[in-house]
Amino acid sequence: MEAILFYLTALVSIVAAFFVTKCRNPVNSALCLVTTFLCLAVFYVMLEAPFMAAIQIMVYAGAIMVLIVFVIMLLNLGSAIKCRYTHGLLGGGLLAVLMLFLTNRMIENGQATATGGEVTSELIKSYGHTELIGRAMFTDFLLPFEIASVLLLVAIVGAVVLSKRNV
Amino acid sequence: MISVYHYLILSAILFSIGTFGVLTRKNAIVVFMCIEVMLNSVNLTFIALSRHVGNMDGQIFVFFVMTVAAAEAAVGLALMIAFFRNKESIEVDDFNMLKW
Repeated sequence: MEAILFYLTALVSIVAAFFVTKCRNPVNSALCLVTTFLCLAVFYVMLEAPFMAAIQIMVYAGAIMVLIVFVIMLLNLGSAIKCRYTHGLLGGGLLAVLMLFLTNRMIENGQATATGGEVTSELIKSYGHTELIGRAMFTDFLLPFEIASVLLLVAIVGAVVLSKRNV
Repeated sequence: MISVYHYLILSAILFSIGTFGVLTRKNAIVVFMCIEVMLNSVNLTFIALSRHVGNMDGQIFVFFVMTVAAAEAAVGLALMIAFFRNKESIEVDDFNMLKW
């Protein structure tokens, strides 16, 4: 049952990711990208990370995709830019296949054997995934959390300054 | 039974598709979306290995990757709007104002 769900979702996510690169209209690419994000959220649920799945849908499929679709609509790209590829289609395809081959070799040769950490299924079920995340984030990762807030502030100010009419 | 290798190979495939899109498309917004696909495949790797190892740190990293992606989306799209206002195009071939 789990295997069927995995292969079905993997197929959908790969096909959708492929159509992100192939669609002529950027709006269609954006819709395919949303499909990929939703499939990845399904994988996060299967990996017992439900909080990450919720964040994936809210932040990626919600906020970031709204931003992208908004810019596509604002620039009115649908009719202006038709399917234009660079002449490096062959080179890009070759490089992508090479990268796939390389990563598969790495996965085959490396061993992910270091199992048996402290976070198990029972712990996630008894505490809840969100509480575990919050406990890790506000104890071990407090400084990166604060730096991330500064990063977001800088990004907001930068976006406002860049899109002002006369800088 | 689905092992961690299935997830790793899936994320390798997604990363390669994202690379292909970044290298072959001319539209800057589509290139941007392909970069998002690549970031998401790395997130899948992080969460799969975090589940496999039994440690929470990988998922915190995914949280920070999402933060950086949100900041990147805001700044990148503002740059594209500013560029489109000047050049009436967002083809990556027209991004040549720093060339001399």
